[in-house]
Amino acid sequence: MAEYARPADWPDVPLVDTDVHITPRSLAALTPYLPARWRDYVRESGVASLESDLYPPRSPLSAIPGARPADGPPASDPELLRTQLLDPWRLDVAVTHCIYGIDGIHNPDWADAMARALNDWQHAEWLAGEPRLRGSVVVAAQDPARAAAEIDRVGDRPEFVQVLLPVRMRAPLGTRAFWPIYAAAERHRLALAVYAGGASGNPITPVGSPSYYLEEYVGLSQAFQAQVVSLVCEGVPVRFPALTVVLVESGFTWLPPLMWRLDKNWKGLRREVPWVDRLPSEMIRTSFRLTAQPIDAPDDDPARLLEVLDRLGSDRMLMFATDYPHHQFDDPAHAAPAGLSAAAMARFLGGNALATYRLEAMSGAR
Amino acid sequence: MPVDQLVDCDIHNELTPGALHPYLPPRWRAYHETYGGRGDGGAGYPKGAPRAARADAWPPSGLPPGADLEFLREQHLDPYGVRYGVLNCLTTACREQNPGYAAALCRAVNEWQVAEWLEKEPRLRAGIVVPYEDAALAAAEIDRAAAHPGFVQVLLLVRTDEPLGRRRYRPIFEAAVRNGLPVGIHFGGGRGRNPLTASGWPSFYVEDHTAMAQAFQAQVVSLVVEGVFEELPELRVVLIEGGFGWLPSLMWRMDKHWKRLADEVPHLTRPPSAYVREHFWVTTQPVEEPPDPRHLLAVFDNMGGTDRIMFSTDYPHWDFDDPRRALRLKLPPEARAQIFGGNAMALYGLS
Repeated sequence: MAEYARPADWPDVPLVDTDVHITPRSLAALTPYLPARWRDYVRESGVASLESDLYPPRSPLSAIPGARPADGPPASDPELLRTQLLDPWRLDVAVTHCIYGIDGIHNPDWADAMARALNDWQHAEWLAGEPRLRGSVVVAAQDPARAAAEIDRVGDRPEFVQVLLPVRMRAPLGTRAFWPIYAAAERHRLALAVYAGGASGNPITPVGSPSYYLEEYVGLSQAFQAQVVSLVCEGVPVRFPALTVVLVESGFTWLPPLMWRLDKNWKGLRREVPWVDRLPSEMIRTSFRLTAQPIDAPDDDPARLLEVLDRLGSDRMLMFATDYPHHQFDDPAHAAPAGLSAAAMARFLGGNALATYRLEAMSGAR
Repeated sequence: MPVDQLVDCDIHNELTPGALHPYLPPRWRAYHETYGGRGDGGAGYPKGAPRAARADAWPPSGLPPGADLEFLREQHLDPYGVRYGVLNCLTTACREQNPGYAAALCRAVNEWQVAEWLEKEPRLRAGIVVPYEDAALAAAEIDRAAAHPGFVQVLLLVRTDEPLGRRRYRPIFEAAVRNGLPVGIHFGGGRGRNPLTASGWPSFYVEDHTAMAQAFQAQVVSLVVEGVFEELPELRVVLIEGGFGWLPSLMWRMDKHWKRLADEVPHLTRPPSAYVREHFWVTTQPVEEPPDPRHLLAVFDNMGGTDRIMFSTDYPHWDFDDPRRALRLKLPPEARAQIFGGNAMALYGLS
């Protein structure tokens, strides 16, 4: 693997990493942030961990070499994050998210308490001490009203820039029951991030659970496709025009053909969804952003990737990401498409993120 | 744009009430009349049109769209100059919950197809309908029905109980190979076990229809990653009514993550995309419509060429692609001839 650092030939423009994982060292790291009732509950019921099994910790995809601290899983040590990611990449901002199995909890009271604890934990132990970090508000969508209340509780803290939901949900994201979450996010000028994970209990594919981890990971892009379709067809971008949806670790080469198919179907069936008042692809270009990793295109044929970017029809949608600590690329040069114009490259590396997130102070400072 | 040898790879012949009675043994005819089908639901996503049909496809005979052979000739086969049409009979027989009933119904459907369609119209070919959730019964029906030369493939519906690469389905693919038939996987299916998306049930038919492409993607991944083509190197699979614009991205994604995770699937000896290129065919309808039609040429290129793309109309359904209007592309004559007929003739052994 080449040196994990910002490539020397990248332009000196703001660099925002829009996909950085953080996670607690263990469940015990969260207990100081839990009310006594739930500290007791966790202890008495012997809950060991809520870490998702979607990223088997020893799998070669789950962590780049050297990303595992001595005393916890990858991405659990703020100091290692500085020395391995923030400094060598000379990041202006890293947008973090914590995927922890809150969404898999069936007890809605416990889920809400865990989400609050995760927000207070990440704020105190990661975001407050490192000015380059911005975080994601974790909510328990099991109870959308309380999720909205949690957004209202922490949403004005400048360290948070988005609300986080998993791509694998119990119900599609466009479902109206979730709209209080979107109203709250919009109220606080937070984006809605949809990350590549979730423990909803629904199989990852429409034909049931596959046998291999490789299939499960590949299948995440289909889960994202379904969520884009749901958000558009239910009219979320119409009802919440100021809300930006960020797809995190989704891949993006699947998006142009999905837009083609959805546009065609909308032409035939739009009377069923009359609030979808323009081409779905227009809505997607306006309201959706995607973090760049994984780049699901051939490394050895950059022209194909440029073709995909052209088909997206906008150079405002794609945002640089490392997906740290996941091992998505061996050569940092492959973390950006080759052959972008200077303006498009600047947008990709940071401009699009600065326009997406509450980072005005950041762009002014530079 | 005239095509000499138009092959339509997706035409739907419809059953009418009582049509199967002559072909069902008494035990299953009684079951059929007393209990009938279960497990389909069917009304969950009302289609964009009655019976999902073109408004003009209702025959003057009063039969439902697709049920009147004479009208099929008059409205479709004759005016478009269809040289061959492949019938994909969309019946719930293949996914009935009671496996014995499913097997009896499928056999009856196939006998009905022979008697009422294949024997009456030499331009037609058909897929063998099988009770695919019980692979042993399905394989037996393939071995029985394949004797009739009008059957040119095994027909599955894409929304299965489990991904098709899983071992429980292997006897179906073995039987197809044994009988020299491709396996066609068609839009549709499902019997309520799996939600349509990884996040449950969406609200609208437009989502149901759009989400079908994700079921196809899952089946491609499963068949490749499970190593089905390592075990059955002669197996050919046709994706029918699933679109194909998504295929290059899926090949790239599988290849990329296979490189990292190859040790999990040591039975794969080549990059996943190599299996796709060698073993999969696609039909066109509903053909993706990029704002610039030329972008489809790049899709063909990324799929490895035009030799696996086969034209289809989906007659008589509402989202019919007209052979004269779909694929508004300046294709080289050779590619056009391949897509509109040559590829299907070669795959299905037509002449």
